[in-house]
Amino acid sequence: MTSILTYTFKTLPSTSQWAFRFSIRPLSCSSQLQAAPAAQPKSKKTLAKPNLRNIVVVDGVRIPFLLSGTSYKDLMPHDLARAALSGLLQRTSVPKEVVDYIIFGTVIQEVKTSNVAREAALGAGFSDKTPAHTVTMACISSNQAMTTGVGLIASGQSDVVVAGGVELMSDIPIRHSRKMRKMMLDLNKAKTLGQRLSLISKFRLNFLAPELPAVAEFSTNETMGHSADRLAAAFAVSRLEQDEYALRSHSLAKKAQDEGLLSDVVPFKVPGRDTVTKDNGIRPSSLEQMGKLKPAFVKPYGTVTAANSSFLTDGASAMLIMAEEKALAMGYKPKAYLRDFVYVSQDPKDQLLLGPTYATPKVLEKAGLTMNDIDAFEFHEAFSGQILANFKAMDSDWFAQNYMGRKAKVGAPPLEKFNNWGGSLSLGHPFGATGCRLVMAAAHRLRKEGGQFGLVAACAAGGQGHAMIVEAYPK
Amino acid sequence: MVASRAIGILRRFSNASRTLRCPGYICRNFTRSSALLSRTHINYGLKGDVAVVRINSPNSKVNTLNKELQAEFIEVMNEIWANDQVRSAVLISAKPGCFVAGADINMIASCKTPEEVRELSQEGQRMFEKLEKSTKPIVAAISGSCLGGGLELAISCQYRIATKDKKTVLGVPEVLLGLLPGAGGTQRLPKLVSIPSAFDMMLTGRNIRADRAKRMGLVDQLVEPLGPGIKPPEERTVEYLEEVAVTFAKGLADKKISLKRNKGLMERLTSFAMSIPFVREQVYKRVEEQVRKQTKGLYPAPLRIIDVVKTGLEQGKEAGYLAESQKFGELAMTKESKALIGLYHGQVVCKKNKFGTPQKEVKHLSVLGAGLMGAGIAQVSVDKGIKTTLKDATLGGLSRGQQQVFKGLNDKVKKKALTSFERDFIFSNLTGQLDYQGFEKSDMVIEAVFEDLNLKHKVLKEVEAVIPEHCIFASNTSALPINEIAAVSKRPEKVIGMHYFSPVDKMQLLEIITTEKTSKDTSASAVAVGLRQGKVIIVVKDGPGFYTTRCLAPMMSEVLRILQEGVGPKKLDSLTTSFGFPVGAATLVDEVGVDVAKHVSEDLGKAFGERFGGGSPELLKQMVSKGFLGRKSGKGFYVYQEGVKSKNLNSDMDSVLAGLQMPPKAEVSSDEDIQYRLVTRFVNEAALCLQEGILATPAEGDIGAVFGLGFPPCLGGPFRFVDLFGAQKVVDRLRKYEAAYGKQFTPCQLLIDHANSPNKKFYQ
Repeated sequence: MTSILTYTFKTLPSTSQWAFRFSIRPLSCSSQLQAAPAAQPKSKKTLAKPNLRNIVVVDGVRIPFLLSGTSYKDLMPHDLARAALSGLLQRTSVPKEVVDYIIFGTVIQEVKTSNVAREAALGAGFSDKTPAHTVTMACISSNQAMTTGVGLIASGQSDVVVAGGVELMSDIPIRHSRKMRKMMLDLNKAKTLGQRLSLISKFRLNFLAPELPAVAEFSTNETMGHSADRLAAAFAVSRLEQDEYALRSHSLAKKAQDEGLLSDVVPFKVPGRDTVTKDNGIRPSSLEQMGKLKPAFVKPYGTVTAANSSFLTDGASAMLIMAEEKALAMGYKPKAYLRDFVYVSQDPKDQLLLGPTYATPKVLEKAGLTMNDIDAFEFHEAFSGQILANFKAMDSDWFAQNYMGRKAKVGAPPLEKFNNWGGSLSLGHPFGATGCRLVMAAAHRLRKEGGQFGLVAACAAGGQGHAMIVEAYPK
Repeated sequence: MVASRAIGILRRFSNASRTLRCPGYICRNFTRSSALLSRTHINYGLKGDVAVVRINSPNSKVNTLNKELQAEFIEVMNEIWANDQVRSAVLISAKPGCFVAGADINMIASCKTPEEVRELSQEGQRMFEKLEKSTKPIVAAISGSCLGGGLELAISCQYRIATKDKKTVLGVPEVLLGLLPGAGGTQRLPKLVSIPSAFDMMLTGRNIRADRAKRMGLVDQLVEPLGPGIKPPEERTVEYLEEVAVTFAKGLADKKISLKRNKGLMERLTSFAMSIPFVREQVYKRVEEQVRKQTKGLYPAPLRIIDVVKTGLEQGKEAGYLAESQKFGELAMTKESKALIGLYHGQVVCKKNKFGTPQKEVKHLSVLGAGLMGAGIAQVSVDKGIKTTLKDATLGGLSRGQQQVFKGLNDKVKKKALTSFERDFIFSNLTGQLDYQGFEKSDMVIEAVFEDLNLKHKVLKEVEAVIPEHCIFASNTSALPINEIAAVSKRPEKVIGMHYFSPVDKMQLLEIITTEKTSKDTSASAVAVGLRQGKVIIVVKDGPGFYTTRCLAPMMSEVLRILQEGVGPKKLDSLTTSFGFPVGAATLVDEVGVDVAKHVSEDLGKAFGERFGGGSPELLKQMVSKGFLGRKSGKGFYVYQEGVKSKNLNSDMDSVLAGLQMPPKAEVSSDEDIQYRLVTRFVNEAALCLQEGILATPAEGDIGAVFGLGFPPCLGGPFRFVDLFGAQKVVDRLRKYEAAYGKQFTPCQLLIDHANSPNKKFYQ
């Protein structure tokens, strides 16, 4: 019966914005029927694998995510990372000397602290005997930090790893131009006054033009927002659908914040300012208000606006990962297992933001699960249009067959289980720190809602993507 | 200031007139005799109060403006104008990759009188004027080529939206066919874009990409092409273009969108300057001077275009339209136009693979020898995505070749035709090496080593020892017979000649030489590779000098004789360029290389004997012994210095020429005679190639001569020249010179046959 309904709805013209809602409704209905906690038969009881160490998240924290240019604007990136690390120490009371390794993800690097993980760890009072390194993989940098940690533990190199991520968009490295830099370096080497003068005489005013970090994709020269707008158009996602989705994200985030569900947030006493306790980017508005905004990238007729995109954010997150036996030996009650994960990559021009579409079926296959087994979806929301385009791509047999080399679609996630406590659109998206937030949100939701498996997925610049299965730790 | 900019733009004109790039006239033989029961070219539907008009020429990959399409279009537009529910319209093509590629060239070619053509032009003018005056706004949604009549259609609409795609190009290439934009284009374009830009477009016929068109004001909005989504990218992009165009059409009807464009400072200054009659007068003058200088008065179309634009701007629209249609009618009847249209048809034929699809696509190409030619071949291959291995004997030679490829690509980056990322990506298709490692993966090997039979034999044997069974061996040689090269091959059916022209990335021609043993699949594969490299291809039979070199040799021999008769190199150059050759004859010897010329003339002299005589071989020998090898050695007939543009005569040549002086024969030494002595020898040899079966068709002969050797495009190639000039006249000329010089001018049988029966034409 449901399948007949589903079929009927699917044949509706797909351009209508209603069709989209309908086409996922039946799916969600059917799964909701089975979704009653505990009653749902899972494909697998657990994802534990023989002869492999179980890896657990003991706990994870983040400082409040703030719109860039607000309370964190005078700080440096390692200050934020330090605050997250201190918060983690406080929350878990882990003895510093047991931490074997520290890994942080970041995207825009402050040149003074290029290995921000090390500077933050020293500053946060971790042992100077604990090595630390920094990874970068655009918006999935902290995912990379976590999975690097998972690798270290799984291979027996470490037992206790701290993984995290940080981003400070309030301050970015703006450089002198190449010509100016060259002149300054040459001046450094010049030995005589004559040499110096002759170098200085070559100075031209245009040497002073600054060089900004690229906002555009290096390989295609296209900004991400522009690509998102094209992606939304390619999947015929309307402006209204995007605004509705953004509104949903903000409303759910507000609700979660008000109900105190965002328990991974630790307060941060900013030097010289008040203590920051809450994310400040959550602003549920109205569709009318949002409808008034002009397109931000494809002017004047595009659909991606400031209101349905994630905003520039400052923030940091950190997480304590351990081998299960170690955590238990130390008397911890872990929150979740980190299970199978995948990284994917595709065309950085036309499929820049389709990472979740590619990663989801792959990670499910790897774990031996189906979409129905997943109780909590936590996807990174770069843009409303990107999320909705991913839904349509995941729900399209044509796309799966022609672009992903799969026999059939994986299906779109039911909205009822999707980013229920808000997402990057509303909570904010400090590039390097979002991954840990996603995992903690999934872990906390599973505990709260009684589910077993969570699916975390994200897209990233460069046309890359990531997905990971999070399994709730039995209570 | 503005005038000088206009001139700067026009400087490129001479190149454009020489090579036909993408003519706006497309030939379609399809005609429909049945009554107009249902519409086959145009259909339309309503989206709310917006009529979406879709153009779709049946049974064709492109849309062409012909009588049926025009009739249906007028019918549809009348319905739209009469329908009260419709408030605006969108004009779009139902074909991906083509908006409207131009007017039907056969429609014009079939006209017998200027009046008939004028009538066609006036019909077009009337139709487009109605569009221009439409009270319901019309939006042209452009994806793919929008050329000639297609662009004239688009600029008659109130608003233009184009996809920012590499396939989307706008232009008025009529001038390349010896015509002018005859449906109001000469009148609208100068008003839409600035006068200098309009002249540039019309006089060069260049294709303009969408982003540049937006900057110029030629289109109002751009739509980015989409990637894969709910449908294949091309399909969804066109759908999206239509959606966007519909919103703009609505906006225009509701007066929410203004038709006014924000002009930049330069643009405003230009249009202000152009409002001053005196400035305009100066522009016309300078443009005309420039055109005269570059066309040597051999091409009537550019001058008519200037005339018509001027008439429209100075005397008003009515006068402009009248002048446009009259001049259009006149131009369509000129020999030059017929010659250029002939070349266009020939080019279309030479862009097809008559051998069919090869069994195996060439994915991995190896090029032997990283010299000028080898590196050039590698360059045009890597940028089409062919994995290419460049092998040379020395590290120095190899790095020079790799640098040449990189520079070629980097120049495109500087011109913004490529991004630096695309350059690097393309360059990664090239591997350089000094040994034969990895040759077992090659699907084709092209050797471009020094022109020496023993060396070619050596590499052929070396290569055959390492390549797989299916691999083709192609030899890039300008004169060595392929069957002699193939003589040492274990599998002569896989050996073929591929004669590229220097510089490879600029010259469009590729001459493919098949021997009697070359298999059909080998030919198919060579042509397929050539086409991928973007070449115009002629396929000829093997023989000394093949076709192109063989035609050039007797002409070169005549060049030497003329020089020995006391005509200076500068005078000779000016005589040849004023006849329509892009490069003067003496300069050509310097460019080709005196040693190469000597080599070829000796080889072919041996093969063909007295017919290839004329100038004394001693001249070239002495030049080589003195080191005057032409441009590459810095001295030839002229002196070449790095960074110096003006050419000075090589004074050391005076004594050489003086020592070899021959008395000129007064009866055949007028300027005109000198020109015809060169051309008729060329034409006679070309006809012999056809007679002997070296050439398969006259069309290939014309394309080879024009695109490979610079035969005057306005004459359309040696065979078109005979048709248009008259075979009898050519034979008469030859006989006259024969009387003075003997056998070298004896007309071949084929020409005599044509002269004897005036109905016989190379092109029926």
